[in-house]
Amino acid sequence: MADRKTPPNRVNSDLKRRDFLIRSAKAGLTIFAAGGLAGLFHDRLGPQQANIATSAGVRLADFSIPGLSPRLGIARGADRAITLNRALKAVGGIASFVKPGDRVLLKVNAAFASPPVLSATTHPQLVAEVVRLCLKTGAASVSVTDNPINDPASCFLLTGIARAVESAGGRVVLPQEKYFRPISVPGARLIRNWPLLFEPFKSVNKLIGMAPVKDHHRSGASLTMKNWYGLLGGRRNIFHQDINTIITELALMVKPTLVILDGTVSMVTNGPTGGSLSDLKETRTMIVSTDQVAADAFGATLIGKSPADLPFITMAAEAGAGSADVTALDPVFVPEA
Amino acid sequence: MRIRTTRRISQVFFSLLFLWFCVVTTLGDAWWQLRGWPVNWFLELDPLVGLSTLLTTGTLYAGLVWALATIVLTVLLGRFFCGWICPFGTLHQVVGWLGRRHKPALEQARVNRPSRWQSVKYWILTFLLAAAAADLLKSLTLSPRSAPYLMGTLVALVLAAVLAHMIVPRPARPWLTAFVTITGLWTAAAFFAEDSQWLSASLQIGLLDPLSLLHRSVSLTLLPLVDESPIGLTGSNRWYDGAWLIGFIFLAAVWLNLKVPRFYCRFVCPLGALLALAARNALWRIGKKEADCIDCLVCEKNCEGACTPASIIRVHECVLCMNCRQECRHGLIEYGPRRSVAGEIDSPEFSRRQFVVSTLSGLAAVPLLRLNGRLASNWDPQLVRPPGALVESEFLDRCIKCSQCMRICPTNVIHPAGWEAGLEGLWTPVLNFRIGTSGCQYKCVACGNICPTAAIRAITLDERLGRNRYTDAGPIRIGMAFVDRGRCLPWAMDIPCIVCQENCPVSPKAIVTRTVFSIVATGGPLIVAASDFQKIRFRSESLVPGRLATGDYYCREENRDGSVPLRIVSNLAGELTVAADRLWKHPPPAGSRIEILIRLQQPYVRPEQCIGCGVCQHECPVRGRRAIRITAENESRNPDHAMIIET
Repeated sequence: MADRKTPPNRVNSDLKRRDFLIRSAKAGLTIFAAGGLAGLFHDRLGPQQANIATSAGVRLADFSIPGLSPRLGIARGADRAITLNRALKAVGGIASFVKPGDRVLLKVNAAFASPPVLSATTHPQLVAEVVRLCLKTGAASVSVTDNPINDPASCFLLTGIARAVESAGGRVVLPQEKYFRPISVPGARLIRNWPLLFEPFKSVNKLIGMAPVKDHHRSGASLTMKNWYGLLGGRRNIFHQDINTIITELALMVKPTLVILDGTVSMVTNGPTGGSLSDLKETRTMIVSTDQVAADAFGATLIGKSPADLPFITMAAEAGAGSADVTALDPVFVPEA
Repeated sequence: MRIRTTRRISQVFFSLLFLWFCVVTTLGDAWWQLRGWPVNWFLELDPLVGLSTLLTTGTLYAGLVWALATIVLTVLLGRFFCGWICPFGTLHQVVGWLGRRHKPALEQARVNRPSRWQSVKYWILTFLLAAAAADLLKSLTLSPRSAPYLMGTLVALVLAAVLAHMIVPRPARPWLTAFVTITGLWTAAAFFAEDSQWLSASLQIGLLDPLSLLHRSVSLTLLPLVDESPIGLTGSNRWYDGAWLIGFIFLAAVWLNLKVPRFYCRFVCPLGALLALAARNALWRIGKKEADCIDCLVCEKNCEGACTPASIIRVHECVLCMNCRQECRHGLIEYGPRRSVAGEIDSPEFSRRQFVVSTLSGLAAVPLLRLNGRLASNWDPQLVRPPGALVESEFLDRCIKCSQCMRICPTNVIHPAGWEAGLEGLWTPVLNFRIGTSGCQYKCVACGNICPTAAIRAITLDERLGRNRYTDAGPIRIGMAFVDRGRCLPWAMDIPCIVCQENCPVSPKAIVTRTVFSIVATGGPLIVAASDFQKIRFRSESLVPGRLATGDYYCREENRDGSVPLRIVSNLAGELTVAADRLWKHPPPAGSRIEILIRLQQPYVRPEQCIGCGVCQHECPVRGRRAIRITAENESRNPDHAMIIET
């Protein structure tokens, strides 16, 4: 109002008008932006309970050789390289399982940071021999992995596996948090949406499980099926509350090309860590099989247990993971030379 | 009506409304209790809450959209919220006026001069928003986890930085360049460290946001002083662990007005800072009509914003108190669309360097705080959150520490966390089962339904209890009870109790018992003198008459472990009587020895049933450190905390 009394200054009022228009435009833009953001991101309901999708997550491929009848080879002796080769030969030779160009993954048992002499882990000499054989047959790559219980790097170092693998031309894959993906095993009660060490599986087409024969206080024995436990992540030890079911589900989850059960020296007491030579017994046996249930059923006998003593063997067989009856596979025994 | 009077009426109205909302945040069915009153309205009007939760979650939850109204009006009118609505601002204004009213006019004008420290609130705002922004950066850079996408983002940011530097006009240019540069650096960092912790967001505005702070102070420190009596809002006294710190901060904020009026608004308030940025281009503003005046400074005597209306006005600091307009004796000050003839400053004194420092500090502070592993394996089992609380990282993305859940909780079991949730969890809701009238009520979902930001989800009873469509998911578990056998009366001291079992609200009960008989020490050996099928007389008179008549005591012949103990119904010093429905098969022969047993029911927790409500812990008669206690084990909000497999 007071303005009108003063003579209008044209330039000035133009400037003022322009300023006001600019300001109006900015204000309009701000309001538009704020309104747009609010409208775009408005969330009337808020976060909802997470849907537990059982179908979510990754699937593991079937690594078994199609059309091959189940085989079991057992070789006696104290030298792992020799017994391995004989047992392999008994089931058809490495060439029946690994073809040129294959990318092979070895799942070893490197659970504890303890030296090979204590037999709590897969023996490095055996790992080296398998890596060598695979590469010799023409495998494009051989990687070795496990998600151990103790510190992973220490485990692979102290068990001697890391050095053995590298000198044989393979590659160790240490677990990292980002390597895990959720998996659900169809029909399973425990492995539902559970983290699995998946990264090492991404580019391989053959899988060999390698386990030592060990006493295990909760399950009775730790053999090739229990060895898959090392593929799980997360708070996996809660599954000890139902150990036979988890071993069965693991056997259903993994369909390996081959399992190698090393009973050259078996842990008969104080398992699965052992810790003393007095926990060990020389059992001079190497088992190679395409059927993990059968391998375990035979392996159990090395530590004085019958398959009937181990509920997980019957359960896994009933679930269709393999045969609990070793003789049904027509096993080939190779006596000590 | 004069504009100042209108403003005062508005302030009084909104302050009373705020207080009213605090009062009605009480669970009950009286008209003055929570019956649809929009008790979160002030928090929802608060654009700092809206903006920062938008940054952390990418969503604007339900009522928070009200903030849009505040922003729109601020862009048009200036900081009306600070001067006309904010109840905290009103409180400061009143106390500030009380503190200076007897001082000479010039002295009053002096305390209302601007200070360079007023830029501190912009530091605070930038710091808090930067701390909240990392998740947004992360989702921008990492969610499509592909190198081309990341490279694209980086290139875009570099281009944006160059463009910003070239075309954006001077006052805003350094800001924009700095912002883009920081974003770019952080994105690049993320590029080199996939899945790293470099980018972690945390919502910390609640520490200093004026409405969260005021809600917290009123709900946790002022109302509890009068709750039970004299005004009787709640049926019993309310206690809040750690309330002293909240109260001290509130008092300090109020008393500082005696030193500088509206101290909090001018120097601290991050909401004020945000609104100041929105008000920079306000269409309507306070200004002088004529440049020359007699410089009497009357207009600055009561200037609430310390924005120097007498000379070059600081538009962003003006809170529209209208005192200058009212008090200028020559009518030289107007509120209108024109700029002040005497000139304006419309940007805070906040250099690029300061901006960079506070942004980087905010971005770095959260990853630093999280190095303690509290969100990973080092989680604190004492941190039992209310039912419906999100998994911790998402919870911290939303909780504004406003304490509405603590106020509404009918049992007073929800408390402001001290350090158990880490520094960033300060004053977030945590359950304390020693305080309050009961544990977390089985059929109550009040906290989630009042939470203004859905840090605690607005669950239904069906979801909480795992009924109907939630049957498969099962009930929401907030923790699990553990019996401390070293302190539990039946376990450790042979005293019957099982108050915990009896109070467990879950059906079937999550606490079961096993019966054992434990031998009770008597004054000496009880050697039978004579007996029939119901009564035994002893050779000595060592028993306390009536002591064994409670119904919990039993007897049998010594060294007869397999035999069923018989219930004692009465005793004299040298005589025992067993219940008539179960007599001695063969009365103990004279000379044989009798032992007295007490029947104990020892409690066990069934983990698959326990929901962690803590009623057992609350009721446990071991009043200090309870013999049954809840920890966050097995809470359903975090699968990593699972303790048992599903059966």
